[in-house]
Amino acid sequence: MARAAVLGRLTWQVATVAAVREETATARTIVLDLPGWPGHQAGQHVDVRLTAPDGYSAQRSYSIASPPGGAPGGAAGAATLELTVQRLADGEVSPYLADVLEPGDPLELRGPIGGWFVWNPTSGGPVLLVAGGSGVVPLMAMIRTRAVSGSHAPFRLVYSVREPGTALYAGELADLATADAGLDVTYVYTRTTPPGWPTPAGRISAGILTAGQAARPDLAVFVCGPTGFVETAADLLVDAGYQPSAIKTERFGPSGGQQ
Amino acid sequence: MGIVSRGFGGRRRGGDEKLPPGQYLVTDFPVLSAGPTPRVNLDSWELRIRTETGPSRSWDWAAFQALPHEDITVDLHCVTKWSKLGTTWRGVSLDTLLDGLETTAEFALARSYGGYTTNLPLADLRDGQAWIAFSYGSEDLEPEHGGPARLLVPHLYLWKSAKWVQGIDLLQADNPGFWESLGYHNYGDPWREQRYWGD
Amino acid sequence: MNTHLDGNVLAGALRELFTVDITTAIGQCVACGTTGAMGQAIVYADAPGLIARCPACDEVVLRLVRSSDRAWLDLRGVSYLQLELPA
Repeated sequence: MARAAVLGRLTWQVATVAAVREETATARTIVLDLPGWPGHQAGQHVDVRLTAPDGYSAQRSYSIASPPGGAPGGAAGAATLELTVQRLADGEVSPYLADVLEPGDPLELRGPIGGWFVWNPTSGGPVLLVAGGSGVVPLMAMIRTRAVSGSHAPFRLVYSVREPGTALYAGELADLATADAGLDVTYVYTRTTPPGWPTPAGRISAGILTAGQAARPDLAVFVCGPTGFVETAADLLVDAGYQPSAIKTERFGPSGGQQ
Repeated sequence: MGIVSRGFGGRRRGGDEKLPPGQYLVTDFPVLSAGPTPRVNLDSWELRIRTETGPSRSWDWAAFQALPHEDITVDLHCVTKWSKLGTTWRGVSLDTLLDGLETTAEFALARSYGGYTTNLPLADLRDGQAWIAFSYGSEDLEPEHGGPARLLVPHLYLWKSAKWVQGIDLLQADNPGFWESLGYHNYGDPWREQRYWGD
Repeated sequence: MNTHLDGNVLAGALRELFTVDITTAIGQCVACGTTGAMGQAIVYADAPGLIARCPACDEVVLRLVRSSDRAWLDLRGVSYLQLELPA
């Protein structure tokens, strides 16, 4: 008869910035302390709200980058979560988060939000992750969750970026992929390739996405990034015979998104 | 109100312009839409004004373009709080389209390709207050801003300026449109900040 | 360019109103009968409100308007919502 408590309605909470970490020239990770954080699943996001002294407020959504149970390397059960923010030159919120916010500042947020674009270690089947630019953030949460949980689910990340140096988490992805044969990372460079890259710069293709393999019936696909990228990738997969119902997408919007 | 974020001012600032309450000035032209942009073929485009008794009048694109039109400069106020001042349009006045039409209707419902509707008193379409606009800033009106032609009623919030306008029904009884039936104010005067029901 | 988003966008707004996550709920489109997770709906979030449309037929399945103190929700576009309850 007893049931777990029903989720309360979503309310705003105040987190404190514990640390910031530059990821690339245009992106940084914000580490947040939030006692009472209920935990989250990989793929979920938070809404962040900024308020000016006259009451004007702006709100944006940001995917949670850290795995459940705290940031990588953090104490188990620590009440922290991490957001990775890409600075958009004409954004209203992202320049504030990327440049102005500093350790000790409060940040109002609510979450975790979303139950559909999530991956749990209880799913043992193979997973294809397709990321366009900053769309890699929720997928990185999934990869980190897989690592800390010890899951052996085969993971393949196809990560499309403009040029080397704009890819997020490059070092960490390389380390994880080296240590675990079950994680495969493939980069697609759309504008400039690294020296010695075997293929010219170009957009994702069906061949790269499928790696020549038909979809296994238990394959889960997550695609995240700017709207145009997500639609292209999803269309390529469906044309290659992948089941639309197996493909979950998270579009950031035409600007590539987080503003 | 949430906690104040140190050092955050936000994008908007109105300067000295006189704006309706709660609005801020923008220099770009935001695109808001409730659905996919309709792609309307000029060959099949038709504008129809239906009276409450049944008779209607309509124009195809050629006939519409042949009507007298005006160049106007107006301010736009969107209920999502942005305002854009001094926008230039070319269009046909509703006074021209309604000229000589027999009606005792007091209300109007504008209908768009794609299904959008918005209602307003017929009196607010008359007397130089409303146009069917087909050109913005000396260019053909782009689909994302309502092209080939949209209703333009600048004295009300911009949701009343139905994009991709297809027709106007003249009605004896008011018929709340797409947003008016879900919380948005039935009239929508920006100067009285009539955004939502009960405002 | 179509600026629509996915049903994920509904999650935050509707979690203000409901205690369960709406994006995993299964809905049936009134217009065409297609069923699917609300997370797969096509969402237009730039409008003066949130509009979710059926990915199969593009008809409106859900509308949400939110002011500072009230929210209006129109679910006439779904014939039902099947929601997951916590175990």
